Amino acid sequence: MTAAHRPDEPGVARAAEGDGIPLTKPVLEAPDIRRALTRIAHEILERTKGGADVVLLGIQTRGVTLARRLADRLEEVEGRPVPWGPLDVTMYRDDLRLKPARAIGRTELPAEGIDDRIVVLVDDVLFSGRTVRSALDALNDLGRPRAVQLAVLVDRGHRELPIRADYVGKNLPTSKSETVKVHLAENDDRDVVLLGPKGAE
Amino acid sequence: MNRHLISAADLSKDDALLILDTAEELAQVSGRSIKKLPTLRGRTVVNLFFEDSTRTRISFEAAAKRLSADVINFSAKGSSVSKGESLKDTALTLEAMGADGVVIRHGASGAPHRLSGWVQGSVVNAGDGTHEHPTQALLDAFTMRRRLGNLDGRKVTIVGDILHSRVARSNVLLLHTLGAEVTLVAPPTLFPVAVDSWPCDVSYDLDAELPKSDVVMMLRVQAERMNAAYFPTAREYSRRYGLDGRRVDMLPEHAIVMHPGPMVRGMEITPEIADSPRSTIVEQVANGVTTRMAVLYLLLGGSESAIGGTE
Repeated sequence: MTAAHRPDEPGVARAAEGDGIPLTKPVLEAPDIRRALTRIAHEILERTKGGADVVLLGIQTRGVTLARRLADRLEEVEGRPVPWGPLDVTMYRDDLRLKPARAIGRTELPAEGIDDRIVVLVDDVLFSGRTVRSALDALNDLGRPRAVQLAVLVDRGHRELPIRADYVGKNLPTSKSETVKVHLAENDDRDVVLLGPKGAE
Repeated sequence: MNRHLISAADLSKDDALLILDTAEELAQVSGRSIKKLPTLRGRTVVNLFFEDSTRTRISFEAAAKRLSADVINFSAKGSSVSKGESLKDTALTLEAMGADGVVIRHGASGAPHRLSGWVQGSVVNAGDGTHEHPTQALLDAFTMRRRLGNLDGRKVTIVGDILHSRVARSNVLLLHTLGAEVTLVAPPTLFPVAVDSWPCDVSYDLDAELPKSDVVMMLRVQAERMNAAYFPTAREYSRRYGLDGRRVDMLPEHAIVMHPGPMVRGMEITPEIADSPRSTIVEQVANGVTTRMAVLYLLLGGSESAIGGTE
């Protein structure tokens, strides 16, 4: 499965070699990410009164990993499995015509479906809000949830649409000339959130 | 630069796998209550059919509509073509209408290639004469992959009127790209002269090929293109090259039976076999829509095409 490239998911920024000054710095380490997800899991249970009707849908690619981890935590706390699945929004994006056609990812709804349930969309970084808008459009074609909520690991600001997150791992004030990159052990090799200048290689 | 899908040879292995993987994801859309994606909203696809076709035209139309493209159907009957308009003038008319994609079926081999030089949009070959039918080969490969898994090293036997078959040529080229081994079986009179240069084996003996086949694909004898006696009688053809119960018993347990349609029951395939669970004939039609959606998306969906040739 190829990761869909998204404008709010910029390329990996690494420390520049030679000048000795690290251009990218970690803003969340593995334990921070773990604690943030645990807190979000508890907030979801609190807000949805035990999470009985919750379905977690992770937005490809790293949102899927986060949704799986959240589902595990909800199960640990409440003692029953929480349905979750991947959601690919490529076909609903508003910037399709700005780039060459790209590979699409998998959408897999849990067997229970999403009709009349509380869908929690899960993504790694909330930036322009355009990915979330695409996801809302996709949901519209997939069923009619009772409510849709949004959980993100990092909210970096600079919204271009009237969209906000219900659950935020960390609010990270950034400038538009910076990039935020989330690494997760399942997709990359370790858990870390990096902040760096745009185009740092 | 717009790209086209004129020949199965336009596709690299990566291109072909990208189409099949995309089709795999799009297949879910057919199972939903809302079978539509907004991806090609505002784009225009023209179906230009100079030859009769039900399956392919409907399939392309459904594929384009499920991606929200505007579809204009054009068939030669009842159009200015019957008044003597040339292909080029028809093409210029389409050009003036701003077609983003042109799907063309034409009786003359090479017509889509000519058309691609006259229009700005992407051209998709939906069958040209006895030359090629690349989307049929793609949907066949998609069907095989769904039933059998990876196509690497799979043995595919294509039986029947190879000489007049655009499906056979496209399948040989695509399956070779995907790593399958193709054997063509027909009476000597129904092979094209240059078949030696195709990347496949050739045999005149169907019974010898069946026990080692993973897939056997039957082709229709295209009587409408035949201007000479290629075999003595239909009965003799049927006895030597038709697929019946006895021959199917010679196939390995997992092997599947395919037919691109339209089929002539009792000629190249018996009705019992055509309707048996090993036959993928109905599946192939359903997979056709999905595969064509993938092709249209990858050709027209982005700022430039992700697949195809640039001739």
